[in-house]
Amino acid sequence: MYVAVKGGEKAIDNAHRWLAELRRGDQAVAELELDQIVEQLSLSVARVMAEGSLFDPRLAALAIKQARGDLIEAIFLVRAFRTTLPRFGGTSPVNTGAMICSRRISATFKDIPGGQILGPTFDYTHRLLDFDLAETGQVPAAEQGADDATAKPHVLGLIGREGLMQAEHATSNDDAIPDLTREPLTYPADRAVRLQALARGDEGFILGLGYSTQRGYARNHAFVGELRIGLVEVEMDIPELGFAITIGEIEITECETVNQFQGSKTEPAQFTRGYGLVFGQQERKSIAMALVDRALRWRELGEDYVGAPAQNEEFVLSHCDNIQATGFVEHIKLPHYVDFQSELELIRRIRAEAGIQADLENGHDMKGAAE
Amino acid sequence: MNQIMQTAETGPSTDSAKAAGGEAYNFAYLDEQTKRMIRRALLKALAIPGYQVPFASREMPMPYGWGTGGVQVTAACLLPDDCLKVIDQGADDTTNAVSIRRFFQRTAGVQTTEVTGEATLIQTRHRIPETELVARQILVYQVPIPEPLRFLEPRETETRKMHALEEYGLMHVKLYEDISQHGHIATAYSYPVKVEGRYVMDPSPIPKFDNPKMHGSSAIQLFGAGREQRIYAIPPYTRVHSLDFDDYPFEPMRADQTCALCGAEDSYLDEVIMDDKGTRMFVCSDTDYCGGRLEAGHEGQQGDAT
Repeated sequence: MYVAVKGGEKAIDNAHRWLAELRRGDQAVAELELDQIVEQLSLSVARVMAEGSLFDPRLAALAIKQARGDLIEAIFLVRAFRTTLPRFGGTSPVNTGAMICSRRISATFKDIPGGQILGPTFDYTHRLLDFDLAETGQVPAAEQGADDATAKPHVLGLIGREGLMQAEHATSNDDAIPDLTREPLTYPADRAVRLQALARGDEGFILGLGYSTQRGYARNHAFVGELRIGLVEVEMDIPELGFAITIGEIEITECETVNQFQGSKTEPAQFTRGYGLVFGQQERKSIAMALVDRALRWRELGEDYVGAPAQNEEFVLSHCDNIQATGFVEHIKLPHYVDFQSELELIRRIRAEAGIQADLENGHDMKGAAE
Repeated sequence: MNQIMQTAETGPSTDSAKAAGGEAYNFAYLDEQTKRMIRRALLKALAIPGYQVPFASREMPMPYGWGTGGVQVTAACLLPDDCLKVIDQGADDTTNAVSIRRFFQRTAGVQTTEVTGEATLIQTRHRIPETELVARQILVYQVPIPEPLRFLEPRETETRKMHALEEYGLMHVKLYEDISQHGHIATAYSYPVKVEGRYVMDPSPIPKFDNPKMHGSSAIQLFGAGREQRIYAIPPYTRVHSLDFDDYPFEPMRADQTCALCGAEDSYLDEVIMDDKGTRMFVCSDTDYCGGRLEAGHEGQQGDAT
């Protein structure tokens, strides 16, 4: 006897309650507080803010908690919240040259004006599990230097002074900068849109693509000219005031790569640039982003299109967004039985016409069902 | 709009986020500016039947692939006195249909129904209701891949050109190759149609059984693809022709059975596997249609099973 599958409504309610219970885990264990996530999982918070395209550490922490630590789910929560926020306008371009750097390194020069700052990096840690961390313990405060007020000009700017670095086109009109989240993506996309897409693109996807350029799929010989992490001021023009004021301070990571030079009969050779900029401390993402940005510039720089994935703007931009990707990949778990049924009918008809008695040896009366 | 602004003015702190979790959202969730943007795209889509209009799709609180395009189109069309029906696979009680219906109950407070004839707006995934739609109704389709040429040519830059030049030879070659290989056009759902003699259009993954219902329909048919940022439409009384050849005419297809519950011979059927011996039964995919027939006294072989 057949009873139609009913009860979707009840199933959803129960599933949500079960999920909430599992999210909380054992009630005997202390609950995570948002401050703990902000302070102790700050790199997760940075990733969620960057790919969620919303700078708010507390909201990102809340999303991480709600998502049970699934960062893509957390990014999704932040994005869905971001959609509901009104857009007041655009800020002035942030002056990364005036960044208060917690970290600043160059792979192209041993010493640079303003100095190299190693900063809080995993780079030279030995990746040995620290079993002391399993117990809670006090961490001795790191030694503090005197305030460093020296200017830290961009390394690529210094190379540029010699004319060795290709200049970037300045955008005269800030209003002309498109907003990927407010306009449909169309191709060919200009560099501003590409950089926006890469900045909010999936870290893993961008990493893989960047890596592929190093292994010969559109190799572009990158040096990290400079990688800097720190605080920058965000300024915005307030129409009522008639001038720009600082509305906040954000932590960002900026990477500029120096890439193989370009030249022609009329113009002497110059280095070219790849650019990466991400919220928070995200060195991996910013370096990979710079590699991909550079690979995508092949047309503008008159390079050959070798068919590499990282060169293919449509391929990169259509697939780098992990919220789009996870949605579409996962949606195939939704019911598709209507479509599957139509395929069943078709394949049975084709097989019947071919005179194939399907599954007879298994005792399944497929033909009977099809008739 | 005003409600949204109030929430936002307090700044993006967790407190404001908390407040926004309740009824602080605008009618039908989207702010009025966004709805206006979507309505413009809808008007353009209706003016150029079958043409895919790019629109600035928003991130919705449900995942891409769950019907974000349809939800945005529905949000832009809903009025407070509308009566909404949501179906997935033809049924009102499938989990995603329940979820979307609840979303609009919560954010728009509109009346909802499971009866096709009562609804003014129907959002659907993968089916067109069996009951013929009428002039006062809007049917909103959820679309995963709006581009009918996508699996023949992955580049959007190329497919847009092909549409502009009405260059559909590739599609006909594909259909021809199907016939030469299988004896049939090997497309059972998302079967491509030509709209008003111009644009080739993907009808969304409805079974090709449903294709003829699009032709000359009195209702407005709107298609929303959120992830792919496209909207397209079939205005009422439009010619919708399923692609075919003179010697291989289009043929809608359904299981050659009757509904075990209501005995319907004309409806699209779901196949239900009953046991591990291969016993199966067929029931209407459109639960409202089936229920209506049962009420009217029709009976299938197992009509008493409910």
